[in-house]
Amino acid sequence: MKERVLALVDCNNFYVSCERAFHAAIQHTPVIVLSNNDGCVVARSNEAKKLGIKMGQPVFECEQLIREHKVQVFSSNYSLYADISARVMSVLSQFTSRLETYSIDEAFLDLTGLSLEDRVEFGHEIKARVWQYTGIPVSVGIASTKTLCKIACEVVKQEPQYGGVLDLLRFSEADIDVLLAKVELRDVWGIGPKYTRFLENYGFRNAKDLKYADERWIRKYLTVVGERTVLELRGICCLALEIARPTKKGIMCAKSFGRDITSPDELQEAVASYTARAAEKLREQDTLASQITVFVHTNAFHKDEPQYSNSFTIRLRHPTSFTPALIRYALAALRAIYRKGYSYKKAGVLLNHISAGDSVQPDLFGEFSIPEHEQQARLMAIVDAINQIYGRNTLFFAAQGLSRPWKMQQHRLSARFTTRWDEILTIENG
Amino acid sequence: MYPKVLPLLKGIISCGFPSPADDYAERRLDLDELVVAHPEATFYVRVTGDSMNRAAIYDGDILVVDRAQTPAHNNIVVAILNGAFTVKRLYLKGDTVYLLPANPAYKPVRVESGMDFQIWGVVTYCIHRVR
Repeated sequence: MKERVLALVDCNNFYVSCERAFHAAIQHTPVIVLSNNDGCVVARSNEAKKLGIKMGQPVFECEQLIREHKVQVFSSNYSLYADISARVMSVLSQFTSRLETYSIDEAFLDLTGLSLEDRVEFGHEIKARVWQYTGIPVSVGIASTKTLCKIACEVVKQEPQYGGVLDLLRFSEADIDVLLAKVELRDVWGIGPKYTRFLENYGFRNAKDLKYADERWIRKYLTVVGERTVLELRGICCLALEIARPTKKGIMCAKSFGRDITSPDELQEAVASYTARAAEKLREQDTLASQITVFVHTNAFHKDEPQYSNSFTIRLRHPTSFTPALIRYALAALRAIYRKGYSYKKAGVLLNHISAGDSVQPDLFGEFSIPEHEQQARLMAIVDAINQIYGRNTLFFAAQGLSRPWKMQQHRLSARFTTRWDEILTIENG
Repeated sequence: MYPKVLPLLKGIISCGFPSPADDYAERRLDLDELVVAHPEATFYVRVTGDSMNRAAIYDGDILVVDRAQTPAHNNIVVAILNGAFTVKRLYLKGDTVYLLPANPAYKPVRVESGMDFQIWGVVTYCIHRVR
């Protein structure tokens, strides 16, 4: 069998890089991007990392650093990041069709069998083209397994001498082990904080320890995931590329509110809005859902206030993507779990049991009518088309409410430079 | 099942005579095909100011910028110079890079090694509103 060659292309500080591509003044200055509601730091430029700003750190904790070092702060501009991500993936697909979009800023490429004179050079070509076409810097890690690719990418980001591309396949086993010894357990792909503690209790300290774990011990104590990770560290590929993305398992729309909500009306508006958005995603991929879950919870940080969280699931009689029907179910689910006297921080809607849009079946008793289903589909297609042309929520459902006081706070949002004509980059060319 | 894509012309006449134009139906022109060579690398920017007037780029025009084009001598480019975006003509003379305005009221800039300079993309088309 031919040796498997995988590459992970990982965008460096992706959200920050997206902002930099459209803000000339912040090319070399510290930049951070905040989570929904401007709560925590979710992306940092290298300069911001050097200042000691941590991933996930609440922004109020770094306010002094931000002021002292003139750190540029942005709200998450997901419209921009999604479009730039699609552009990056499109550039990558020019190199091979065997590509798995793993996340918004990462893709695995299967280079097995490509007769490449020099894989490192190929990696540099990828890096250069993505940068030129999109303005996004990337790192490339090449190895025989996904887990090793991940490690290669982390090493490459920390050690500038590699110039952004690292090919572990050129390394001897001993040299790979030197690298692995420097990788902490929690930084190994698939090893969460809980697993890390578990392994540490057994004396494991780093990725190399895990690689050479005793076979019998592995069988006895590790889960399938853990065992797979060990094999992957040994260069045995257990995780193939998921090239044809299976239809999404579930669609979720959940957000924290801009402020805590006590009014049932506002909660209903929020849930209706999230349902409408989830239904839109459902139709975007041409699918139907036959199960809906609504959940709410209070603000766990407000320890002095009474806490409550709950969820409710409704199994629909027929799969649908019709927004009014889904809102009706969602509000019924919300009524089932709403309790008075709490301040709610977050609500969410999860659509499940997703099936292809053309897989509806008429039932024996004629409760479900195909013409009605088609009529609904046409109506939704028109609503979606209008919202696509004139902007999201041009047409919306009354249940979603008008003023939306509960909406996310995003005070430092940059323009949607690539998806709105009235927000494109303006260059003062005096 | 309802069809996902409706044919534009063919077969929409359900009774009477078929249109004699049926067999000649073609896709309508799309401006994207003309101006967007590399969709993933194409960005639009608006310019204000008059420094490129003699290159027919006027205040308020929208430029099509193709980052996939390799910048060459005499191209009009979007560049980052000392922390600001600018649109100028790229002029290469030996190892020296100049950014030239297209308006005598402005001075050319010689790019020095200490400057923060980056070519952002090559301008390929200019969309000018006529009325």
